[in-house]
Amino acid sequence: MHIHVNGKERETKACFLAGILVEFGFEGDWLATAVNNEVVAANERADYRIYESDWIEIVSPMQGG
Amino acid sequence: MLSLYGKNISSRLLLGTAQYPSPAILAEAVHNSATEIITLSLRRETAGGKQGSRFQELIKTLDVHVLPNTAGCFSVKEAIITARLARDLFKTNWIKLEVIGNQDTLQPHVFALVEAAKILTDEGCEVFPYTTDDLIVAEKLIDSGCKVLMPWCAPIGSAKGARDTDGLRSMRAHFPDIPLIVDAGIGRPSHAAAVMELGYDAVLLNTAVAKAGNPARMAEAFAQAINAGRLGFEAGMLEPRDVAIPSTPVIGRAVFS
Repeated sequence: MHIHVNGKERETKACFLAGILVEFGFEGDWLATAVNNEVVAANERADYRIYESDWIEIVSPMQGG
Repeated sequence: MLSLYGKNISSRLLLGTAQYPSPAILAEAVHNSATEIITLSLRRETAGGKQGSRFQELIKTLDVHVLPNTAGCFSVKEAIITARLARDLFKTNWIKLEVIGNQDTLQPHVFALVEAAKILTDEGCEVFPYTTDDLIVAEKLIDSGCKVLMPWCAPIGSAKGARDTDGLRSMRAHFPDIPLIVDAGIGRPSHAAAVMELGYDAVLLNTAVAKAGNPARMAEAFAQAINAGRLGFEAGMLEPRDVAIPSTPVIGRAVFS
Protein backbone atom coordinates (compact mmCIF):
# COMPACT_ATOMS: atom_id res chain seq x y z
CA MET A 1 0.00 0.00 0.00
CA HIS A 2 1.22 3.43 -0.95
CA ILE A 3 1.10 6.11 1.78
CA HIS A 4 2.83 9.33 2.82
CA VAL A 5 4.65 9.56 6.15
CA ASN A 6 5.84 13.04 7.14
CA GLY A 7 5.77 14.10 3.53
CA LYS A 8 7.70 11.12 2.16
CA GLU A 9 6.23 8.45 -0.06
CA ARG A 10 6.29 5.02 1.58
CA GLU A 11 5.19 1.48 0.88
CA THR A 12 3.68 -0.51 3.73
CA LYS A 13 1.91 -3.75 4.47
CA ALA A 14 0.64 -2.51 7.83
CA CYS A 15 -3.10 -2.02 8.08
CA PHE A 16 -3.29 0.08 11.23
CA LEU A 17 -1.58 3.25 12.34
CA ALA A 18 0.18 1.59 15.27
CA GLY A 19 1.74 -0.84 12.80
CA ILE A 20 2.95 2.03 10.64
CA LEU A 21 4.79 3.52 13.61
CA VAL A 22 6.45 0.20 14.37
CA GLU A 23 7.33 -0.46 10.74
CA PHE A 24 9.04 2.88 10.31
CA GLY A 25 10.77 2.84 13.69
CA PHE A 26 8.86 5.48 15.63
CA GLU A 27 9.22 4.81 19.34
CA GLY A 28 8.40 6.55 22.59
CA ASP A 29 5.26 8.09 24.03
CA TRP A 30 6.03 11.68 23.11
CA LEU A 31 4.61 11.42 19.63
CA ALA A 32 1.38 12.76 18.20
CA THR A 33 -0.20 11.56 15.00
CA ALA A 34 -2.62 12.81 12.40
CA VAL A 35 -4.04 11.02 9.38
CA ASN A 36 -5.48 13.14 6.58
CA ASN A 37 -5.56 16.16 8.93
CA GLU A 38 -7.43 14.33 11.69
CA VAL A 39 -5.64 13.80 14.99
CA VAL A 40 -5.45 10.16 16.02
CA ALA A 41 -4.88 9.82 19.76
CA ALA A 42 -2.27 7.41 21.03
CA ASN A 43 -4.88 5.00 22.39
CA GLU A 44 -6.69 4.88 19.04
CA ARG A 45 -3.71 4.00 16.85
CA ALA A 46 -3.99 0.25 17.26
CA ASP A 47 -7.50 0.25 15.77
CA TYR A 48 -7.10 3.08 13.29
CA ARG A 49 -7.14 1.59 9.80
CA ILE A 50 -4.86 3.02 7.14
CA TYR A 51 -5.89 3.20 3.51
CA GLU A 52 -4.16 3.71 0.18
CA SER A 53 -2.78 7.28 -0.26
CA ASP A 54 -3.32 8.27 3.37
CA TRP A 55 -1.31 11.28 4.50
CA ILE A 56 0.24 10.59 7.90
CA GLU A 57 1.95 13.17 10.06
CA ILE A 58 4.01 12.08 13.07
CA VAL A 59 5.24 14.93 15.26
CA SER A 60 7.16 15.28 18.48
CA PRO A 61 7.96 18.16 20.83
CA MET A 62 10.80 20.44 20.08
CA GLN A 63 12.11 23.73 21.36
CA GLY A 64 9.80 26.64 20.68
CA GLY A 65 9.22 30.25 21.58
CA MET B 1 -0.82 36.37 42.30
CA LEU B 2 -1.22 35.88 38.58
CA SER B 3 -3.92 33.41 37.60
CA LEU B 4 -4.00 31.95 34.10
CA TYR B 5 -7.06 29.85 33.34
CA GLY B 6 -7.37 28.99 37.01
CA LYS B 7 -3.71 28.13 37.59
CA ASN B 8 -1.94 30.37 40.09
CA ILE B 9 1.46 31.39 38.83
CA SER B 10 4.11 33.04 41.01
CA SER B 11 6.61 33.97 38.30
CA ARG B 12 5.67 36.64 35.80
CA LEU B 13 8.24 35.46 33.30
CA LEU B 14 7.31 32.88 30.67
CA LEU B 15 10.28 31.43 28.84
CA GLY B 16 10.63 30.04 25.34
CA THR B 17 12.90 27.06 24.85
CA ALA B 18 14.30 27.66 21.35
CA GLN B 19 17.74 28.71 20.15
CA TYR B 20 19.77 27.93 23.28
CA PRO B 21 23.38 26.85 22.76
CA SER B 22 22.71 23.53 24.48
CA PRO B 23 20.04 21.68 26.49
CA ALA B 24 22.12 22.20 29.62
CA ILE B 25 22.16 25.96 29.12
CA LEU B 26 18.42 25.92 28.50
CA ALA B 27 17.93 24.09 31.79
CA GLU B 28 20.16 26.57 33.60
CA ALA B 29 18.25 29.52 32.12
CA VAL B 30 14.93 28.01 33.18
CA HIS B 31 16.28 27.49 36.68
CA ASN B 32 17.74 31.01 36.99
CA SER B 33 14.62 32.67 35.61
CA ALA B 34 12.44 30.90 38.19
CA THR B 35 9.84 30.62 35.45
CA GLU B 36 6.93 28.27 35.96
CA ILE B 37 5.84 28.20 32.32
CA ILE B 38 7.87 27.27 29.27
CA THR B 39 6.77 27.21 25.66
CA LEU B 40 7.36 24.29 23.31
CA SER B 41 6.57 23.49 19.73
CA LEU B 42 5.75 20.48 17.57
CA ARG B 43 7.59 19.38 14.48
CA ARG B 44 7.82 16.29 12.33
CA GLU B 45 9.67 13.54 14.16
CA THR B 46 12.78 12.74 12.17
CA ALA B 47 14.64 10.42 14.50
CA GLY B 48 12.08 7.67 14.96
CA GLY B 49 10.88 9.06 18.27
CA LYS B 50 14.30 9.56 19.81
CA GLN B 51 14.21 13.31 19.22
CA GLY B 52 11.00 13.69 21.22
CA SER B 53 12.14 11.27 23.92
CA ARG B 54 15.37 13.16 24.56
CA PHE B 55 13.52 16.43 24.86
CA GLN B 56 10.90 14.78 27.06
CA GLU B 57 13.57 13.75 29.54
CA LEU B 58 14.88 17.29 29.72
CA ILE B 59 11.44 18.84 30.18
CA LYS B 60 10.58 16.41 32.96
CA THR B 61 13.56 17.58 34.97
CA LEU B 62 12.46 21.23 34.73
CA ASP B 63 9.20 20.74 36.67
CA VAL B 64 7.28 23.57 34.97
CA HIS B 65 3.97 24.04 33.20
CA VAL B 66 4.16 23.46 29.46
CA LEU B 67 2.57 25.91 27.04
CA PRO B 68 2.69 24.39 23.54
CA ASN B 69 2.54 26.77 20.62
CA THR B 70 1.37 26.74 17.03
CA ALA B 71 4.42 28.63 15.80
CA GLY B 72 4.88 28.67 12.06
CA CYS B 73 1.21 28.17 11.22
CA PHE B 74 -0.12 30.45 8.51
CA SER B 75 -3.73 29.30 8.33
CA VAL B 76 -6.63 28.47 10.61
CA LYS B 77 -6.48 24.85 9.46
CA GLU B 78 -2.78 24.43 10.26
CA ALA B 79 -3.16 26.10 13.64
CA ILE B 80 -6.19 24.03 14.61
CA ILE B 81 -4.59 20.70 13.70
CA THR B 82 -1.33 21.64 15.43
CA ALA B 83 -3.22 22.69 18.54
CA ARG B 84 -5.12 19.41 18.60
CA LEU B 85 -1.88 17.45 18.21
CA ALA B 86 -0.32 19.44 21.04
CA ARG B 87 -3.30 18.82 23.29
CA ASP B 88 -3.12 15.10 22.63
CA LEU B 89 0.61 14.94 23.21
CA PHE B 90 1.10 17.25 26.19
CA LYS B 91 -2.21 16.44 27.89
CA THR B 92 -2.91 20.12 28.49
CA ASN B 93 -5.73 22.39 27.41
CA TRP B 94 -3.32 25.31 27.18
CA ILE B 95 -2.30 26.42 23.72
CA LYS B 96 -0.31 29.45 22.65
CA LEU B 97 -2.15 30.22 19.46
CA GLU B 98 -0.07 31.78 16.71
CA VAL B 99 -1.42 32.32 13.22
CA ILE B 100 1.17 34.24 11.29
CA GLY B 101 0.01 36.68 8.64
CA ASN B 102 3.24 37.77 7.02
CA GLN B 103 6.45 35.87 6.38
CA ASP B 104 8.67 38.93 6.85
CA THR B 105 7.13 40.67 9.82
CA LEU B 106 5.73 37.53 11.49
CA GLN B 107 2.82 39.63 12.61
CA PRO B 108 -0.32 37.82 13.70
CA HIS B 109 -3.06 37.24 11.14
CA VAL B 110 -5.67 38.63 13.44
CA PHE B 111 -8.73 37.55 11.43
CA ALA B 112 -7.55 33.96 11.25
CA LEU B 113 -6.49 34.17 14.88
CA VAL B 114 -10.00 35.09 16.04
CA GLU B 115 -11.51 32.32 13.93
CA ALA B 116 -9.08 29.72 15.24
CA ALA B 117 -9.50 30.91 18.83
CA LYS B 118 -13.26 30.42 18.60
CA ILE B 119 -12.94 26.89 17.25
CA LEU B 120 -10.39 25.87 19.86
CA THR B 121 -12.17 27.39 22.85
CA ASP B 122 -15.35 25.65 21.73
CA GLU B 123 -13.36 22.41 21.88
CA GLY B 124 -12.30 23.17 25.45
CA CYS B 125 -8.84 24.58 24.79
CA GLU B 126 -7.54 27.40 26.93
CA VAL B 127 -6.12 29.76 24.36
CA PHE B 128 -3.22 32.18 24.81
CA PRO B 129 -3.47 34.19 21.57
CA TYR B 130 -0.42 35.92 20.13
CA THR B 131 -2.00 39.14 18.95
CA THR B 132 -1.41 42.85 18.45
CA ASP B 133 -2.48 45.67 20.74
CA ASP B 134 -5.53 46.34 18.55
CA LEU B 135 -8.46 46.82 20.91
CA ILE B 136 -11.15 45.52 18.57
CA VAL B 137 -9.23 42.34 17.86
CA ALA B 138 -8.77 41.97 21.61
CA GLU B 139 -12.51 42.30 22.13
CA LYS B 140 -13.18 39.68 19.47
CA LEU B 141 -10.70 37.30 21.07
CA ILE B 142 -12.35 37.75 24.44
CA ASP B 143 -15.75 37.21 22.80
CA SER B 144 -14.30 34.01 21.34
CA GLY B 145 -13.57 32.76 24.83
CA CYS B 146 -9.96 33.82 25.40
CA LYS B 147 -9.27 34.67 29.03
CA VAL B 148 -5.67 35.73 28.42
CA LEU B 149 -4.24 38.00 25.71
CA MET B 150 -0.66 38.09 24.51
CA PRO B 151 0.07 41.23 22.49
CA TRP B 152 3.41 41.74 20.82
CA CYS B 153 5.31 44.89 21.65
CA ALA B 154 7.55 44.64 18.57
CA PRO B 155 8.15 41.95 15.91
CA ILE B 156 9.29 38.52 17.03
CA GLY B 157 13.03 38.42 17.61
CA SER B 158 13.48 42.13 16.85
CA ALA B 159 14.68 43.02 20.36
CA LYS B 160 13.36 46.54 19.96
CA GLY B 161 11.19 46.80 23.05
CA ALA B 162 7.80 48.50 23.08
CA ARG B 163 7.24 50.32 19.79
CA ASP B 164 3.90 51.78 20.82
CA THR B 165 3.78 52.44 24.53
CA ASP B 166 0.54 54.39 24.21
CA GLY B 167 -1.10 51.46 22.46
CA LEU B 168 -0.02 49.08 25.20
CA ARG B 169 -1.18 51.51 27.87
CA SER B 170 -4.54 51.84 26.15
CA MET B 171 -4.92 48.06 25.97
CA ARG B 172 -4.17 47.75 29.67
CA ALA B 173 -6.76 50.41 30.46
CA HIS B 174 -9.44 48.81 28.29
CA PHE B 175 -9.00 45.32 29.70
CA PRO B 176 -8.18 45.79 33.38
CA ASP B 177 -9.35 42.31 34.36
CA ILE B 178 -7.82 40.23 31.56
CA PRO B 179 -4.30 38.89 32.13
CA LEU B 180 -2.11 40.58 29.52
CA ILE B 181 1.23 39.02 28.67
CA VAL B 182 3.65 40.81 26.36
CA ASP B 183 4.81 38.25 23.84
CA ALA B 184 7.54 39.12 21.37
CA GLY B 185 9.82 42.05 20.74
CA ILE B 186 11.58 42.33 24.09
CA GLY B 187 15.37 42.63 23.81
CA ARG B 188 16.66 43.89 27.13
CA PRO B 189 15.71 43.65 30.79
CA SER B 190 14.80 47.35 30.75
CA HIS B 191 12.28 46.66 27.96
CA ALA B 192 10.62 44.06 30.15
CA ALA B 193 10.61 46.35 33.17
CA ALA B 194 9.03 49.10 31.05
CA VAL B 195 6.03 47.02 29.98
CA MET B 196 5.61 45.66 33.50
CA GLU B 197 5.51 49.23 34.77
CA LEU B 198 2.54 49.76 32.45
CA GLY B 199 0.69 47.14 34.44
CA TYR B 200 1.18 44.17 32.17
CA ASP B 201 0.84 40.91 34.03
CA ALA B 202 3.78 39.02 32.58
CA VAL B 203 6.32 38.82 29.79
CA LEU B 204 7.08 35.94 27.46
CA LEU B 205 10.69 35.84 26.30
CA ASN B 206 12.81 33.62 24.17
CA THR B 207 15.40 35.11 21.84
CA ALA B 208 16.53 37.83 24.25
CA VAL B 209 17.60 35.14 26.70
CA ALA B 210 18.61 32.32 24.38
CA LYS B 211 20.84 34.46 22.17
CA ALA B 212 22.42 36.45 25.00
CA GLY B 213 26.14 36.08 25.60
CA ASN B 214 25.30 34.27 28.82
CA PRO B 215 21.70 33.00 28.65
CA ALA B 216 21.58 31.80 32.24
CA ARG B 217 22.66 35.17 33.63
CA MET B 218 20.35 37.00 31.25
CA ALA B 219 17.44 34.87 32.45
CA GLU B 220 18.20 36.02 35.97
CA ALA B 221 18.50 39.65 34.83
CA PHE B 222 15.09 39.47 33.16
CA ALA B 223 13.54 37.88 36.22
CA GLN B 224 14.78 40.75 38.37
CA ALA B 225 13.69 43.39 35.85
CA ILE B 226 10.22 41.90 35.57
CA ASN B 227 9.86 41.80 39.34
CA ALA B 228 11.11 45.37 39.61
CA GLY B 229 8.67 46.59 36.96
CA ARG B 230 5.78 44.84 38.65
CA LEU B 231 6.69 46.19 42.08
CA GLY B 232 6.97 49.68 40.61
CA PHE B 233 3.52 49.37 39.06
CA GLU B 234 1.98 48.10 42.27
CA ALA B 235 3.70 50.79 44.33
CA GLY B 236 2.24 53.61 42.22
CA MET B 237 4.69 55.64 40.20
CA LEU B 238 5.08 59.36 39.89
CA GLU B 239 3.73 60.85 36.69
CA PRO B 240 6.20 62.90 34.62
CA ARG B 241 6.12 66.66 35.22
CA ASP B 242 6.96 69.50 32.91
CA VAL B 243 8.65 71.66 35.53
CA ALA B 244 11.29 71.11 38.18
CA ILE B 245 10.00 70.63 41.69
CA PRO B 246 12.54 70.64 44.52
CA SER B 247 12.69 67.47 46.54
CA THR B 248 14.31 69.21 49.53
CA PRO B 249 11.92 71.49 51.46
CA VAL B 250 12.65 75.19 50.84
CA ILE B 251 10.96 76.38 54.04
CA GLY B 252 13.43 77.14 56.79
CA ARG B 253 16.49 77.37 54.69
CA ALA B 254 19.16 79.73 55.90
CA VAL B 255 19.45 83.10 54.20
CA PHE B 256 22.87 84.52 53.58
CA SER B 257 23.16 88.21 53.02
